[in-house]
Amino acid sequence: MARYSTNEFRRGLKVMLDGDPAVIIENEFVKPGKGQAFNRVKLRNLKTGRVIERTFKSGESIEAADVVETEMQYLYNDGASWHFMNPETFEQIAADEVAVADAKQWLKEQDLCTVTLWNGVPLIVTPPNHVVLKVVETEPGIRGDTATGGSKPATLETGAVVQVPLFVNEGDLLKVDTRSGEYISRVRD
Amino acid sequence: MDWRPTASLEMLRRRAALLARLRTFFAERGVLEVETPLLSSAASTDPQIESFSTIYSGPGAPTGQTLYLHTSPEFAMKRLLAAGCGPIYQICKVFRQGEAGRHHNPEFTLLEWYRPGFDHHHLMREVEELIAWVIPERERTESESLTYRQAFERHADLDPFRSPTREIRRRAALHGLEARGLEPDDRDGWLDLLMTHQIQPRLGKGRLTFLFDYPASQAALARIEGGDPPLAARFELFLEGMELANGFHELTDAEEQEARFLEELRRRKEMKQPQPPIDRRFLAALRHGLPDCAGVALGIDRLLMLSTGASHIHEVTAFPVERA
Repeated sequence: MARYSTNEFRRGLKVMLDGDPAVIIENEFVKPGKGQAFNRVKLRNLKTGRVIERTFKSGESIEAADVVETEMQYLYNDGASWHFMNPETFEQIAADEVAVADAKQWLKEQDLCTVTLWNGVPLIVTPPNHVVLKVVETEPGIRGDTATGGSKPATLETGAVVQVPLFVNEGDLLKVDTRSGEYISRVRD
Repeated sequence: MDWRPTASLEMLRRRAALLARLRTFFAERGVLEVETPLLSSAASTDPQIESFSTIYSGPGAPTGQTLYLHTSPEFAMKRLLAAGCGPIYQICKVFRQGEAGRHHNPEFTLLEWYRPGFDHHHLMREVEELIAWVIPERERTESESLTYRQAFERHADLDPFRSPTREIRRRAALHGLEARGLEPDDRDGWLDLLMTHQIQPRLGKGRLTFLFDYPASQAALARIEGGDPPLAARFELFLEGMELANGFHELTDAEEQEARFLEELRRRKEMKQPQPPIDRRFLAALRHGLPDCAGVALGIDRLLMLSTGASHIHEVTAFPVERA
């Protein structure tokens, strides 16, 4: 099994910690001028979602988590799980709430997501960077007001709430950046 | 291409102003500015400090000679002191392999100065005056002086001299600290873990904190004062949880210095680390006679971070190693 030394530590690296897959979310090099060097690391356990702090003597190594990232199509949510399908093999899998986490507010049927699998189990669901979603609720639009910089909240068909310009109306299709949760533009049908 | 500096142009002006103010401080006190080589035929033997090396070939070295980028100007500056130069300071780049992070860059700027006739307590006062001079806008609060033991007692509830190593490990565990890969009997390693993770973040809050009376095992180049336990005449300065300076009442005994070098090389061998050459010219200077003196090294990048509120060393250096 591949191993990563502390010099390879960076945000996003997936490793095995106490038998569970985990992702590094913060890595800080700590060293007294005359003394032992350490890497102080924050990791998220990918099965439980819990954040853990660990310190490694610099130069140590840790087992890599054998994870695969696959493009999968989002199918539906049955109330407890989110179902995805591999568009090439048609194989289906179900992801739980921990795996879907914040991604769920952006999931629209048919959209292609990145699913991170560990031993065939989905650990992380990453939505596309950009999604197009319909506005289901917002204050009525101010016609022609494309110049003033005001904004208002709008609820999208997936439940996400984003700040939008004043001219946006219910029923409009919006392009949104899922990484920042920000409105990008209005999309014509 | 990421060719642009990571520091703002305003920050570079503040760096220049800081350097100018430092030079005035020493000029007014009659401390001589010196330059010593960055490339040396010898290197530090400290197992916790790794040198870069390069090869000089040319006149005098037809087959190539290994030279080491210095990790501190201390050996060469002490040769100047032994030659009778009087009080000296230097502002230079130093190079340390394997060190990069929020507070580290593999090359960084160090201010190092030596005061014949001073002991480390006397030098701590001058460090305090220097900080007040270069950061005049900082509110003048009384500095804190703690022994290494007091710092551990106060912030980790532990006697770092008398407690057995397993008690130090247990204390670390109580503070939620464990370090993968640290040998259970690596006493100084466990003390360093508690120091960096538990104690240091609580030092220098709104005032300077000086730590002194270090364990003899962490003496580096400081003289060791006999007693029970023996104490190293070494000090460190912390400000806002950041390690800023390290100073010694300097070891002048050539025999003991050589024995420490050899012991460090033995530990390096045990850990399968490189065996750099001992600085024989430095030892010869000690045998000739180093005046009784104290010396200190202060990180200029970190000083600039503290005086400007920067949180990453990238904000105060034009081109960190990632863009070098």
